[in-house]
Amino acid sequence: MKNGLKKWRLLPLFTALAFILSGCGEPFLSTLQPAGEVAQKQYNLMILSTIIMVVVIIVVAIVYFIAITKYRRSKVGEDVIPKQVEGSHTLEILWTVIPIILVLVLAVPTVALTFELGDQAELEKTDEEGNRTALVVDVRANLYWWEFSYPDQGIVTGQELVVPTDQNVYFNVIASDVKHSFWIPAVGGKIDTNVDNMNTFYLNFDSEKSAEAGDLFYGKCAELCGPSHALMDFKVQTLSSDDFDSWVASMQEAAEAEQQEPDSDLAARGAEVFEEQSCIQCHAVSPGQGAGTSVGPNLATFGERTYVAGILDNRDSEDSQEENIKHWIRDADELKPGNKMGGYNEDDLSDEDLDALTEYLMGLKVYTE
Amino acid sequence: MSTVAQKKGFLSVLWDYLTTVDHKKIAILYLISGGFFFLVGGIEAMIIRVQLAVPDNSFVSAGLYNELLTMHGTTMIFLAAMPLLFGFMNAVVPLQIGARDVAFPFLNSLGFWLFFFGGIFLNLSWFLGGAPDAGWTSYASLSLASEGHGIDFYVLGLQISGAGTLIAGINFLVTIINMRAPGMTYMRMPLFTWSSFVASALILFAFPPLTVGLFLMLFDRMFGAGFFDVSMGGNTIIWEHLFWIFGHPEVYILILPAFGIFSEIFATFSRKRLFGYAAMVFATVLIGFLGFMVWAHHMFTVGLGPTANAIFAVATMAIAVPTGVKIFNWMLTMWGGSIKFTTPMLYAVAFIPSFVAGGVTGVMLAAAAADYQYHDTYFVVAHFHYVIIGGVVLGLLAGTHFYWPKMFGTMLNETLGKITFWLFLIGFHGTFFIQHFLGLMGMPRRIWKFLPGQGLELPNLISTIGAFFMAVAVIVLLINIVITSVKNERVGNDPWGDGRTLEWAISSPPPFYNFKQLPLVRGLDPYWIEKMEGNTKMTPAEPIGDIHMPNNSFIPFVMSLGLFIAAFGAMYQVDWRASDGESFVWALPVLVIGMLITLGSMAVRSLKDDHGYHIHKEDLMEDEEGGRD
Repeated sequence: MKNGLKKWRLLPLFTALAFILSGCGEPFLSTLQPAGEVAQKQYNLMILSTIIMVVVIIVVAIVYFIAITKYRRSKVGEDVIPKQVEGSHTLEILWTVIPIILVLVLAVPTVALTFELGDQAELEKTDEEGNRTALVVDVRANLYWWEFSYPDQGIVTGQELVVPTDQNVYFNVIASDVKHSFWIPAVGGKIDTNVDNMNTFYLNFDSEKSAEAGDLFYGKCAELCGPSHALMDFKVQTLSSDDFDSWVASMQEAAEAEQQEPDSDLAARGAEVFEEQSCIQCHAVSPGQGAGTSVGPNLATFGERTYVAGILDNRDSEDSQEENIKHWIRDADELKPGNKMGGYNEDDLSDEDLDALTEYLMGLKVYTE
Repeated sequence: MSTVAQKKGFLSVLWDYLTTVDHKKIAILYLISGGFFFLVGGIEAMIIRVQLAVPDNSFVSAGLYNELLTMHGTTMIFLAAMPLLFGFMNAVVPLQIGARDVAFPFLNSLGFWLFFFGGIFLNLSWFLGGAPDAGWTSYASLSLASEGHGIDFYVLGLQISGAGTLIAGINFLVTIINMRAPGMTYMRMPLFTWSSFVASALILFAFPPLTVGLFLMLFDRMFGAGFFDVSMGGNTIIWEHLFWIFGHPEVYILILPAFGIFSEIFATFSRKRLFGYAAMVFATVLIGFLGFMVWAHHMFTVGLGPTANAIFAVATMAIAVPTGVKIFNWMLTMWGGSIKFTTPMLYAVAFIPSFVAGGVTGVMLAAAAADYQYHDTYFVVAHFHYVIIGGVVLGLLAGTHFYWPKMFGTMLNETLGKITFWLFLIGFHGTFFIQHFLGLMGMPRRIWKFLPGQGLELPNLISTIGAFFMAVAVIVLLINIVITSVKNERVGNDPWGDGRTLEWAISSPPPFYNFKQLPLVRGLDPYWIEKMEGNTKMTPAEPIGDIHMPNNSFIPFVMSLGLFIAAFGAMYQVDWRASDGESFVWALPVLVIGMLITLGSMAVRSLKDDHGYHIHKEDLMEDEEGGRD
């Protein structure tokens, strides 16, 4: 909608629609409360198409209601034989040409935006030292969990994506088992994570809107991928550019450090359990390890996450993180049917060991203390 | 072969239907089995809605839920909507063009039994280790990873029933091209015949890609071929293309005959000739043609790139134009007419706003960049239920009421019919309108449960309540059918009083040879033309003479049964997926026996001459007084 006059004409309808629609859904999840440039442009296209369609509906409705009220047999008379009209060339041309025009009005911005969102020229740009300027995140979708690695920064995280606001973030997405689809509804449309090839697209997280959403967006898997497709959620944490840089710095520092020192004896015991139970075979605890290959999510920032497994909210109360971790370890099969880890019952893991393991996991932090 | 109605025993009726090659009886077979699968698919839908009524529900397990959603979609498309439409095509098209049967009565029967055994095979999966669980689209990476035999049931079942559909489609193409009565030129064909013709052409071109895709998947599943296995150099996107090259025309295969039914109903109950007949025909053909050019709009998020997405977006939007032409022509048919609100007409009148709602969201979905948001959400679920229920199912319900007297010789109860209509309409909009918003609010489709705290609770509950209205409506329809059948009040040739096309010129139900003398068609709506000139019957185009009829045959049933048996053998004979490497020794013999039955019955059919029989002129003369069969 580059034409100013057209925009002005549609303004009242636009506002009314936007007002109605913004009542829908939660700011961290709804496509109707766009929280970034991509989502905003898609939202504008939705509104434009809705307006055109409402116009069509109004025209149809008028003809329709006149036809079905005025020409009822009870009004026309029981024995009347209506004139057998063959048709009308004028009308046929009219309702062929007008829809073509309406379709063109929609087609032009559609094509323009499709190409705009497909534009990845920024990925090629480099600074003086030859480093890529754009932020790139490699997304790997796995049966019911997500890996987010930052190839240029050499760090990796799982289940919670951390991004800076107000800049384009490029995502290279691929799946490691079956097809999934990467979607952060409030921030922009989805792209499939194919098993065959890597797809690339970008999103932009608006700082103000992110604040409204509590700096935490919900991400979803949008392609049927098995029993727990419904539960393959992830979270997106937004940080200002500066905060993001310091997050990256802490992650890199932690990646280079030998190992995180457990805070207490209990946590130290938990670290042993982590090894004994072979958790370490699937879950790396250093933010520098396992990108692109690990079988389970990287746990380096596990203690900082807002959710366990993307579905159990740690923010409900003080104890909820501990409860959630224990619940997950014991009942993973029930919480996410078909997941690759499976639950650990009392025979696999004693209550004491579970306490220690939980304490250890809660202490896995990089950015916060 | 006596033409006088007489009480027959149950077994002889059953045998009659198992061996029939009469298009009117095959129509009834399609109607009964399609109706049965419609109920099965409906029950699956109700379980889905109950599961999603409240957040974090555990009414069904995650695995079972995926089986339900897969079987709901597959059953409704392949085993309910298509057979029901074939039922009406069989019942009506030969009558509308003034033919005594379809071109290949034997093939007609074969097509039905293949569909029937394919559908039964697919549904037996419920009792034999689990139904397919990869969605009706059965995307390759997930379906290859799926354990058990569910996907094998899907592949083999659809292969068998798909062959039946292809046969039926070819049969109707040939019938409509060759069997029209004298004077029935193409541009005098009723719209239902036209839309059946175009839908049959779509079947001819759309089903082969599906067949190919299913064969590739069959080889992948059973012999580890690797067409879709990336680790072996395969590519899963190829499946998506093959599936949608079939899948998109498929939705037009469904909707076009429904358009045809509505066109007949609008003209009939407005007592007016269809407005813009030539434009309607042209729009139907154009929709069918464009239907093949748009499949990638199901794949906008696959990563085909902006060029492909933009092309398919614009092509998809183009379909809105001929569809809009049809909508306006239907409204102008009513305009200036004399509208009688019978039950079929109520469905037709309700179809316009329902289908327009589904159509406009279709155009919205076509806007590729915006589709990145809609794709695979409840917005899409809402959209295709608006077009499929608001278009196809309303069309089927309208057709059921409209053609019931022609098929069974008795009228469905109008009061109960109107109760069904209102309950169904309210339930339909209640269930699906709100789902547009659920999708926009961030709810992906095909999810087993949704968690609380995402603002999705209330709309989901409303949607479930709506679904119960639809369920009650279907129950009322069943009661109506039972009451009507018990009462069995016979009706005459033209029970609606305003019939326009040839089928209303003969008795209800028609005699087994349809037309004693082929009618002379003098224009569009031939029966209306005769009525306006004061005639009660069609002007015959030929003197009374012997009529050549085909013999009944049990061979189509046996031929299909053989494939059904062979499918079990094929499925179990390579059981490399079983964890213990167990294989079934009986499987290979069963495969061989099944194929021998099929090939043997084909040989019998080929080698044994079956010339049919003649109804003699004298018997036909006698039948004048005897009335209907």
